[in-house]
Amino acid sequence: MALIAELLFGLITVAAFFLFGKNLFAIRRNILIGKEINLSDQPSRRWKNVLLLALGQKKMFRNPLVAVLHIIVYVGFIIINIELLEIIVDGILGTHRAFASYLGSCYNFVINSFEILAALVFIACVIFFSRRNIIRLKRFISKDLNGWPRSDANAILITEIVLMSLFLIMNAADPASDFVISSHIKPLLKSFSEAQLNIIEQTAWWIHILGIYAFMNYLPYSKHLHIILAFPNAYFASLLPKGEMHNMVSIQNEVLYAMQPELAPTDAAAPEKFGARDVMDLSWKNLMDAYSCTECGRCSTACPANSTGKLLSPRKIMMSTRDRLEEVGKNFNKHKQFVEDGKSLLHDYISVEELRACTTCNACVEECPVSISPLDIIIELRRSLIMEESNAPSEWNGMFSNIENNFAPWKFSPDDRDAWTTQS
Amino acid sequence: MKVSTMAEFMAKGEQPEVLFWVGCAGSFDQRAQKITKAFATILDKAGVRYAILGKEEACTGDPARRAGNEFMFQMMAYQNIQILNGYEIKKIVTTCPHCFNTLKNEYPALGGNYDVIHHTSFLQELIEQGKIKFTDSNEWKGKSITYHDSCYLGRANEIYEAPRKVLESLDMELREMKRCKSKGLCCGAGGAQMFKEEEKGDKRINTERADEAIETKADFVASACPFCNTMMTDGIKNRDEEVKTEVLDIAEIIAKAIQ
Repeated sequence: MALIAELLFGLITVAAFFLFGKNLFAIRRNILIGKEINLSDQPSRRWKNVLLLALGQKKMFRNPLVAVLHIIVYVGFIIINIELLEIIVDGILGTHRAFASYLGSCYNFVINSFEILAALVFIACVIFFSRRNIIRLKRFISKDLNGWPRSDANAILITEIVLMSLFLIMNAADPASDFVISSHIKPLLKSFSEAQLNIIEQTAWWIHILGIYAFMNYLPYSKHLHIILAFPNAYFASLLPKGEMHNMVSIQNEVLYAMQPELAPTDAAAPEKFGARDVMDLSWKNLMDAYSCTECGRCSTACPANSTGKLLSPRKIMMSTRDRLEEVGKNFNKHKQFVEDGKSLLHDYISVEELRACTTCNACVEECPVSISPLDIIIELRRSLIMEESNAPSEWNGMFSNIENNFAPWKFSPDDRDAWTTQS
Repeated sequence: MKVSTMAEFMAKGEQPEVLFWVGCAGSFDQRAQKITKAFATILDKAGVRYAILGKEEACTGDPARRAGNEFMFQMMAYQNIQILNGYEIKKIVTTCPHCFNTLKNEYPALGGNYDVIHHTSFLQELIEQGKIKFTDSNEWKGKSITYHDSCYLGRANEIYEAPRKVLESLDMELREMKRCKSKGLCCGAGGAQMFKEEEKGDKRINTERADEAIETKADFVASACPFCNTMMTDGIKNRDEEVKTEVLDIAEIIAKAIQ
């Protein structure tokens, strides 16, 4: 019986990690559908961003209370997972608390710390859950999250609460244990016989570890993937001043060759697509941004357009990009290459009205705790609208022609540019 | 007022200390022209040898680029860089954060490398160097003011302190709005929104920002961008029928206090 349990556990463990690895590779493949962009310069500044933004969660501290709660969940999550090692060893070898004999008196200290963290994670998750469902903060009740995204967020919090409870119940049901938190649960289990307690402990142990494997394999489908991608996303975050837009070298050269034809190469390159119409026209960093987004909505709260009731929501821009990318990924899987499906990120997922509302104020970029730039995607889509579709509001067309003819966005004569010097 | 152009400096075989990039709003918009004149007056009084490009200046291409029209941006950038490099310009000061951002951050990749400085930083330097002296009884002393951060100065280029330092040097009481500095709310003009009607929503962005400014009950609103100035003035006009809180550029405030 014990041998079967060990074998079963071993199989489940291998399967869980295999599936998880496979899904991560699929996500990597999807991200690399994006266009090449070189983001490996200045490694020291990049590592600093990883330390400050990802590990240190610097942006979270714009709201210190939430930052502390989030740190608890995050540290708790990582540290309690060290206990997972023992659980896996126990499961495979059929031992019970395999590390206890090696760690001696330290073992109690370690497990006590885990228990305190587990209790704190439990409390933090309950607070987070009530912020979403009872206090109903504006950014959590936004229509961006209607349907699956809202269930996704709640499922994660409930899973964490259940996992932490199981960990504590498992310890409480262990007759030989005496740990700082679970000892307070023991009185609740007083009426059970030793055999029943054993069953409770075993059951809690199994549900706990299976729950963790399930959670791990849920990550690739969930907004919660940020626990992994926040790190590379911080490393590859743009180091340019926020006001600087990506230069389009192809157009720079085209203008240069028009003005100075003697510089034009004889083998002029075929014209490329301008801006982005679909996910494959975006950079791989834009696509990694989409997978890193945890849908917290800080961007949309800060967005001047969103907060005054416009259709634009930077969070929704990221969610739409991920949704479309998932669809394109499936298309790739099915046909071994992308087969035109009559859809695109622009128009089918993100509307013109959304794009037109952006003031390029960078508030969304500034707020994002995991170094996402929704603005970058908005700009690329705008470029496609204007340069591929000539799709501009009439006022903008007027502005363009004024700049072209009068060298100013308004209809004034260029001869009057210095008229202010002679006015009183 | 007598303002020399680069062409005039060139004719005399001289170089100015700095080129004043006036910008389209500063050149043509009636309200912004006052800011331009105020800043030019300060430069004169501080003894700065400066020049303008005059009729040779053209739009940097910022609104075209942000609207998505990269061709037009590259055309404007090419022409401007030809002229700036032709005059061997080293240092540029501008009263517009949009021009500032484009000249400073986006022209280098296209071959235009200059030391670009926004007028608020320039004014701070002049004050620190003692080149600007205030009258003993400057009219701003003790008055309260709230400073509206321009996105292209603040978040885009992380200039938050210079404008505030300038205001504090006048012994003004600085009152911050609910959202300020890196959290500052946009006036609604950026990203070429200045040149089109706002998309439909519940409220205009400039009204939202004007409400935050009015909430501080400050005597004045300070701006450092001609577009913010327009948006904030309109926003307050629509909201505040009785109290007419004036929106002033940092340069205008300094110009009135200067000896």
